[in-house]
Amino acid sequence: MNRLNQLFQTKKENLLSIYFTAGYPSLNTTVDIAEALEKAGADFLEVGFPYSDPVADGPTIQDSSQQALENGMTLNVLFEELKELRKLVTIPIILMGYCNPMVQYGVERFCKTAAEVGVDGVIVPDLPMYEYENLYKDTFAKYGLSNIFLVTPQTSEERIRKIDGLSNSFIYLLSSSSITGGSLNVSDAVEGYYQRVKTMELNNPLIIGFGISDNKTFSKACEYANGAIVGSAFVKYLGSRADYLEGIGEFIQGIKG
Amino acid sequence: MKYGVNEQGYYGDFGGAYIPEMLYPNVEELRQQYLNIINDADFKAEFNQLLKDYVGRPSPLYHAKRYSEKYGCNIFLKREDLNHTGSHKINNAIGQILLAERLGKKRIIAETGAGQHGVATATVCALKGIECVVYMGEIDIQRQAPNVARMKMLGATVVPATSGSKTLKDATNEAMRDWIANPVDTHYIIGSVVGPYPYPEMVAQFQSIISQETKKQLLAHTGKELPEYVMACVGGGSNAMGMFYHFLDDEGVKLIAVEAAGKGVDSGHSAATTALGKEGVLHGSRTILMQTEDGQVVEPYSISAGLDYPGIGPQHAHLHKINRAKYVSITDEESLQAGLLLSQTEGIIPAIESAHALAYLEKMQFQKDDNVVICLSGRGDKDLDTYIKYFGY
Repeated sequence: MNRLNQLFQTKKENLLSIYFTAGYPSLNTTVDIAEALEKAGADFLEVGFPYSDPVADGPTIQDSSQQALENGMTLNVLFEELKELRKLVTIPIILMGYCNPMVQYGVERFCKTAAEVGVDGVIVPDLPMYEYENLYKDTFAKYGLSNIFLVTPQTSEERIRKIDGLSNSFIYLLSSSSITGGSLNVSDAVEGYYQRVKTMELNNPLIIGFGISDNKTFSKACEYANGAIVGSAFVKYLGSRADYLEGIGEFIQGIKG
Repeated sequence: MKYGVNEQGYYGDFGGAYIPEMLYPNVEELRQQYLNIINDADFKAEFNQLLKDYVGRPSPLYHAKRYSEKYGCNIFLKREDLNHTGSHKINNAIGQILLAERLGKKRIIAETGAGQHGVATATVCALKGIECVVYMGEIDIQRQAPNVARMKMLGATVVPATSGSKTLKDATNEAMRDWIANPVDTHYIIGSVVGPYPYPEMVAQFQSIISQETKKQLLAHTGKELPEYVMACVGGGSNAMGMFYHFLDDEGVKLIAVEAAGKGVDSGHSAATTALGKEGVLHGSRTILMQTEDGQVVEPYSISAGLDYPGIGPQHAHLHKINRAKYVSITDEESLQAGLLLSQTEGIIPAIESAHALAYLEKMQFQKDDNVVICLSGRGDKDLDTYIKYFGY
């Protein structure tokens, strides 16, 4: 059982996860940002490993990825940082990134190194279920890493059940079918979809992401799920001021209310 | 077919559908429906009718006599340059617009590099009265102003891709994002044999008309259906796949795919994917792509915008890996010289893309009875500025 599973056993509501891109706004900031986020009350973290062509992301995260790559961020650099980070940070860490950098690193080597430096789960938006199940599942399991799947308003009930069966930490519920960084317009349709998934009584906890940027959207998401993820809004915040470490507590308070 | 796709969308080790969950319903809808639709008699009738009356097919297979003499063999040019809109791209655009119509889609999006696929897509959207949005890299918009104007005149909206390197791969990313945000009413017309399954297979099938016609035409010319060599240029690889398609199982036919070496394979300014690339995942499929050691996509370079792509279609990656086709490369300069030679021996100014395939003739040895088919994928009008600058006319 990894840190994620332990977290979900002890805390079942209002979980807050924060995403940030490793290497942004500058190199060697991952540890400081993660430490500040834990201190401010984030329940778990998603650390993005940057990719040149992030199709599931909007301009905010793409720009931060571009900047991170220019700053020299690579998986090797990130794993070194995470080694340090684990000495200081105890909350669960999820790596988020795209297939190609992982494939180049070597999937087995990626999982092994990630587990060694204290990573608990991985989100790879462009890794399809078929490929995961047939090629990578055993490797992920061997190193105790959770693979986290996305579910959208268009995902069929049958497919959600299948995803539930393949998941072993939580399911990432997209607030809308869009790229990251949009604004969440909590319409009746979105609420209907949250409700529909909620009533399926899945085995895995649900965490809502995409478009969560303030207390209002966070609270709404928490009515239907165990918690929510803030990504683009936090990345935008990091780029907005030079002394970003100072204001992280305030930022988190603003989300939690 | 021995070299065809399996049920999971793989050609050997390559292919699949590496897409975010947000695209799953769109791609799944296509996967489930496209075969039924394109095998339907009504679809086939309309497709063939449009190819004949609107595109001008069959495109001629021209025995280039003076050109043949120079190389000491029989060279046949498959004249895709004579198609409406000036290249093979229209074959796929027609197929996909008819498919989109039958899927009930109200809006079309496409990516384009040089603008050829964008123009083909804008054309078929005008033909059908369907809204058309074309994503094009901001830098390509500047480089290819006449094609941007053509698309606008045809009623399309051209949206600049301002992210990343602002070229074809970024236009592709932007189109995918649009499709994520508009999953229900929009069909994405991908212009090459790339992308998640079923795109590579679907586009190959629409382009396979090229080799289907060639076999019959070659029989009429030579009394034999099969040539010794079949050659085509490869960016993503749609004209090459169309040209190879019906020859794949004829193992005696040597298939040659010509990539763009740019300023030289090792110059750091190249698009020779099989020479420089490694296996990985790009734009939804497992294939060969140019990338850094860390798996970041490398920006390619070629004088020919249509070959300026960091990957190749997954079926090409497979044919390369198992050596069914030979992948070679030609530099900017060699291609321009080949374009000049064809112009002056046959009176045909080829697209610089197609000139890459022609240029490889210089590096081959032929028997005098060899029959060689080359896909002349597009005409050179769009490249006149580049030719003029290079030759100083």
